[in-house]
Amino acid sequence: MHVHKFEKIWLTFGVAMLLVFLTVIGVSAFYLGNKPPSCLATIDPEKVDTQAPFNEPGLKKVEGKEWDYELVYVASAFAYQPGEVEVPFGAKVKVIATTKDVIHGFQVAGTNINMMLEPGYISEHIATFDKTGEYLVLCNEYCGVGHHMMMSKIKVVEQ
Amino acid sequence: MLKDALKIKVDRRDGKLAMAHFYVAFIALAVGGLAGLLQTLVRSGKFELPAGIGYYQILTVHGVVLGLVLTTFFIMGFQISVVSKTAGTLTNRQRLIGWIGFWVMTTGTVLAAIMILLNEASVLYTFYAPLQAHALYYIGLTLVIVGSWLDGTVIIMKYIEWRKQNPGQASPLITFMALVNTLMWIVATIGVAATVLLQLLPWSLGLVDTVNVAVSRTLFWYFGHPLVYFWLLPAYMAWYVIIPKIIGGKIFSDSLARLSFILFLLFSIPVGIHHQLLEPGIDPAWKFIQVILTFLVVIPSLMTAFSLFATFENYGRSKGAKGLFGWLKKLPWGDARFIVPFIGMLSFIPAGAGGIINASFQMNQVVHNTIWVTGHFHLTAATAVVLTFFGIAYWLIPHLTGRVLTKKMNKLAIIQGVTWTIGMTFMSGAMHAAGLLGAPRRSSYSEYGGSAQAAEWIPYQIAQAVGGSILFIAIILMLYIFVNLAFFAPKGDQEFPIGEPLSNEKPPMVFENWKLWIGITILLILFAYTVPFIDLIQNAPPGSKGYKLW
Repeated sequence: MHVHKFEKIWLTFGVAMLLVFLTVIGVSAFYLGNKPPSCLATIDPEKVDTQAPFNEPGLKKVEGKEWDYELVYVASAFAYQPGEVEVPFGAKVKVIATTKDVIHGFQVAGTNINMMLEPGYISEHIATFDKTGEYLVLCNEYCGVGHHMMMSKIKVVEQ
Repeated sequence: MLKDALKIKVDRRDGKLAMAHFYVAFIALAVGGLAGLLQTLVRSGKFELPAGIGYYQILTVHGVVLGLVLTTFFIMGFQISVVSKTAGTLTNRQRLIGWIGFWVMTTGTVLAAIMILLNEASVLYTFYAPLQAHALYYIGLTLVIVGSWLDGTVIIMKYIEWRKQNPGQASPLITFMALVNTLMWIVATIGVAATVLLQLLPWSLGLVDTVNVAVSRTLFWYFGHPLVYFWLLPAYMAWYVIIPKIIGGKIFSDSLARLSFILFLLFSIPVGIHHQLLEPGIDPAWKFIQVILTFLVVIPSLMTAFSLFATFENYGRSKGAKGLFGWLKKLPWGDARFIVPFIGMLSFIPAGAGGIINASFQMNQVVHNTIWVTGHFHLTAATAVVLTFFGIAYWLIPHLTGRVLTKKMNKLAIIQGVTWTIGMTFMSGAMHAAGLLGAPRRSSYSEYGGSAQAAEWIPYQIAQAVGGSILFIAIILMLYIFVNLAFFAPKGDQEFPIGEPLSNEKPPMVFENWKLWIGITILLILFAYTVPFIDLIQNAPPGSKGYKLW
């Protein structure tokens, strides 16, 4: 099978770039810790309200962990609990969320906080809020007729 | 003898079978296009749907009718045509199986359509369990898949017959390609068939109470990603085999074209988890492995790009073109059969770059489920693929109906392609931009309680409505051209362009060793999916009951 000289150069260059690219995202993920949210913990979706930490949604200061706060959300059609929360500027926050009914998509617009909520699973992501202002939390996965009304707010404030 | 064979028209009876598929495909274009127009108008905030029609109902229509019906029917009609043309007229038995396939698919489409219209199935074509549609919706879509398997059987049977009659010879290139796409489709649809038949159907009929949501999603996306390659490969068939003939050039390399199709067969399927990068329950290491496998399709894509432009340059130079880019001037820019698919090829450059971003593991968090993604696949599927399909229709429809594409229709077809491009530039461009600002996809118009961030998205949504309206004009033009070519164009002989390779080098026979390729395909799938599935099943949370929240 004949391969043209230019095509060999083109493919060699292409494959080399691909390797560089995959190495970069691999190092970012597994050495620097920038993995996409992939929490493996499960929960009974019918009993979310009675189980910690989801029995008390909202912001909680924690000690002795890599993060300063835990921000717990419970999603259900078509609302988030809590509906509004204040986060101190610069805080390192672990967002922990789950759903009581169908699939929802937890997204804080204008940030990289974006994760799927699936019934029976807990989703987590650690983020630092390093810009003040009001952030819209919305649902980005179709969940029913009120999908586009589902929202919450995060206010990042100087303290 | 080969030369004579290339002049032969597709048999009238096979032509009728293919045309039946095209009628449904273009009806789907009309219905789905209208739904798309309405969606962009609703999201502009200036328009509300009348008569209690729901936004998510028309969104379901748009996805099912364009993503599944238009594509599957068009592709089956096209593949049957090219196989009949290059591997020989179908036998009566093969044609009968094709007709049964057509009617099974059509029945399924009608069933699913009725359930969507009755508002019993506003779950989008991606299902979204534990949202629970009426069982007939799932049955309808199952029939569409089963019918497509019957159509696929026709192609497999014809291929086997040709190989038996021509021992030791490489099959006709485009028949080979149609076979690869058919095999890929059959292996991929097993996933969606499994979630529907083993999970969703028993659950929607009330035979079981709960469903394992994560397993259902993983099975769906096992199918959902190769689905997009199933749309793309017929466009590649046209780019590799048909476009060279239309411009008067040659296929750059028969062997490399086959190799790239084999690579697509191997690397299209074990990659579905890259649609689930932000989901809980799947280990990030397995997500990363599937990301690597996803990126391997970069190789056949680069091969394809090289081949196409080598064909163009070779042709231009053979016509005396000088300088680095002089050959560009020699291409037939006034021929709709060339320029409309060519626009599709160009759109695939930004589309492919966007796809690389989407699949880039952690970078997916920036764009996942934002309308950026919608902008992305309106460049891949709704421009690269669809404009190529239109480019095929311009000569294939008149070829099958014994008519010709007139100069006037050719001109209108170019206007159609350009109108589409303008509309899509507005719509897809605005979608990409709004998505980067955080605007979600699959969402009706919302001001999110007066949020300042959401207010920033609205000008882009108006731009999407402008683009959507221009696109709808292009759709009307396309439907007009289709009706003309099917029923009113002057009688005559429209050429069925099938290119020939530049050199007479025989392609290596290893490409036709299906035990080998299907074997590797299955091994790769088992490698990529076995551990994630065991995890999802062994560590499964309590199942979910069904919800009807629309």
